[in-house]
Amino acid sequence: MDRRLTAYLLRRVALAGIMLFGLVCLTFVIANVAPNDPAALAAGPDAGRSQIEQARRDYGLDRPLHEQFWRYVSDLAQGEFGRSIATGRSVGQDLARYFPATLELCLLAMLIGLAIGVPLGVLSALMKDRWVDHLTRIFAVSGIALPPFWFGLLLQLGFATGLGWLPTSGRLSVMTEPPDPITGLLLTDALLRGQWGVFREGLSYIVLPAIVLSFPCMASILRVNRAEMVEALRADYVMSAQAHGVNPWRIVCVHALRNAMLPTLAIIGLRWGWMMSSTVLVETVFDWPGIGLYAVSSAIAGDFKPVMGVTLIVGLNFMVANLIVDLLYGVLDPRLREG
Amino acid sequence: MTPLLAIQDYRLAFDGFDGTAHVLDGIALELHAGETLGVVGESGCGKSVLARSLLRLNPSPPARVVSGHIRFEGEDVLAMPPARLRALRGRRIAMIFQDPASYLNPLLSIGTQMEDAIRGQDGATGRARPRDAARDRAATLLAAVGLADAPRLLASHPHQLSGGMRQRVLIAMALSGDPALLVADEPTTALDVTVQAQVLALIAGLVRERGLTLMLISHDLGVIAAACARTVVMYAGNIVEDAPTAYLLARPLHPYTRGLLAAVPELDSHGPRPRGIPGGIPSLRSPPPGCRFHPRCDRASALCATEKPGLRELLPGRAVACHHAEV
Ligand SMILES: Nc1ncnc2c1ncn2[C@@H]1O[C@H](COP(=O)(O)OP(=O)(O)O)[C@@H](O)[C@H]1O
Ligand code: SF4
Ligand SMILES: [Mg+2]
Repeated sequence: MDRRLTAYLLRRVALAGIMLFGLVCLTFVIANVAPNDPAALAAGPDAGRSQIEQARRDYGLDRPLHEQFWRYVSDLAQGEFGRSIATGRSVGQDLARYFPATLELCLLAMLIGLAIGVPLGVLSALMKDRWVDHLTRIFAVSGIALPPFWFGLLLQLGFATGLGWLPTSGRLSVMTEPPDPITGLLLTDALLRGQWGVFREGLSYIVLPAIVLSFPCMASILRVNRAEMVEALRADYVMSAQAHGVNPWRIVCVHALRNAMLPTLAIIGLRWGWMMSSTVLVETVFDWPGIGLYAVSSAIAGDFKPVMGVTLIVGLNFMVANLIVDLLYGVLDPRLREG
Repeated sequence: MTPLLAIQDYRLAFDGFDGTAHVLDGIALELHAGETLGVVGESGCGKSVLARSLLRLNPSPPARVVSGHIRFEGEDVLAMPPARLRALRGRRIAMIFQDPASYLNPLLSIGTQMEDAIRGQDGATGRARPRDAARDRAATLLAAVGLADAPRLLASHPHQLSGGMRQRVLIAMALSGDPALLVADEPTTALDVTVQAQVLALIAGLVRERGLTLMLISHDLGVIAAACARTVVMYAGNIVEDAPTAYLLARPLHPYTRGLLAAVPELDSHGPRPRGIPGGIPSLRSPPPGCRFHPRCDRASALCATEKPGLRELLPGRAVACHHAEV
């Protein structure tokens, strides 16, 4: 690979590392300023003073803060998020179980958002101020304005309860044996193991929540991409490409679109973080067994560790997504590789 | 002999929210193969719009052809279907622009952009050649414009090159389709002074070697005098004078041309003291009636304010659009 590109990537990774450390500090601080006494919680509602003190010692909560912090960090580094007080299960294992479902949902939603948002953005820019453009504008505005919760219920009523074409909720029928995990993403695993029936069934379950989740994302990708394409198609370099007789399709899809994709990428990074946090609503409506649902049920039970675990995972995800966006920036824009 | 390029009564307007700008107001121009034509005029008089019109590059909307024809090798450019237009662009008429930094794509390598031009011109008439063949051709073209080390250059991106190198790359791209006419719109204006002369010499050399017809646009008469045998002067969307460059410089016939020359002291050291033309170019949304120059003209009469002067041939090869011009 290009040496300058490698250097650019390393700078970005280093920056993400610093941000990750910041996030870890933040969750630690939040856990320590939270008003409830974790030792009391751990010891149970009927515990006496001595039992609470015992729990405090057991959990190392009597140690000085910097020691606790160090333990917290080294636990995290080993994937140890602590135990759920409500269920006694390891939060790390819970996350490993629920996170792939959320990841799969968000990935598919992002894919739908890109697959529809980018071409429609390009089309609207080419048809600027014509009826196609007005139509996509209405489409995009409704995508941004529709509350996901409400939109989800609507689709559920229409396609699942009403027409009966798609299942109402869940990830797979309880009668169906999920494929042995390879990636943890059900659809991918079903494909990899050649289980077409499971794949089709999984698809029928995921399609409604994925559409609901993708809608606002698709709308903002469409709008940004349209605006940037309009700008790019007006640019001097497009005029000279035309003057030199470059294939018109190539001008649109490479010369202009590549420039328009830079700001679109930034939106994609932001929207990914937004998706990860708003999946809570969608997962609740569709009873999707992801980290959103997990966080909600834990929060209702007053269970602190799972909520922190989810926060960390979402934050980590946001960072990784932005890292990927930065890397793509570096690949797309040669000017960034210097400086 | 039919001219290479013949423009007749060409009017182009730009429609905007706040009215229509009548930017080109009845252009008439003939250009024969092998000629070198300069187009001079103040900024905003429509030189670039005219140049872009030859390849139909003005974005439409807002651009709207009001009347006229542009014939290239006998074929009307304004009526060409898209496929013919593509075969025109780069292959028969090539164009280079003012600011080489913005006319190269910042995200694509020089190699990709040159290959796209070469392959695009192939594709306009049939199958595009393979990429590596296009790359070989690109390397040859770079050598022709005086750029060495083609492999490294082709792998680099525009921001890594100097302004002069970028303009050379654009010139190489313009040559890639072996055009008959080269249109150069202020090709040296954005460059460092030291580089300007080199690029101008390169263009003049290529025109000579390859027998190109040249249309060189500049607001600077000095640049045009160095490269063009014939010059037309534009004012507010009209061609006001058309003459062999030497005659134009020695004895301008149009009042506006005289004013232009007076503003360039080193070219007109024998004349009266250098002075500019008072006033500014008129609004193209509501241009003055009659002669568009009359509000600034010291020779203007009542006729000038009502009647638009046509381009009259006063001497063979010397045409002027002025009611009161005489030989
Ligand atoms: N795309 C466009 N839309 C609207 N007006 C334009 C456009 N391009 C050029 N014009 C107008 O046409 C006039 C002539 O511009 P131009 O040809 O660039 O002048 P110059 O002689 O300096 O090259 C200017 O008034 C300019 O505002
Ligand atoms: S026509 Fe009249 S106003 Fe126009 S240039 Fe000639 S003298 Fe001046
Ligand atoms: Mg110009």
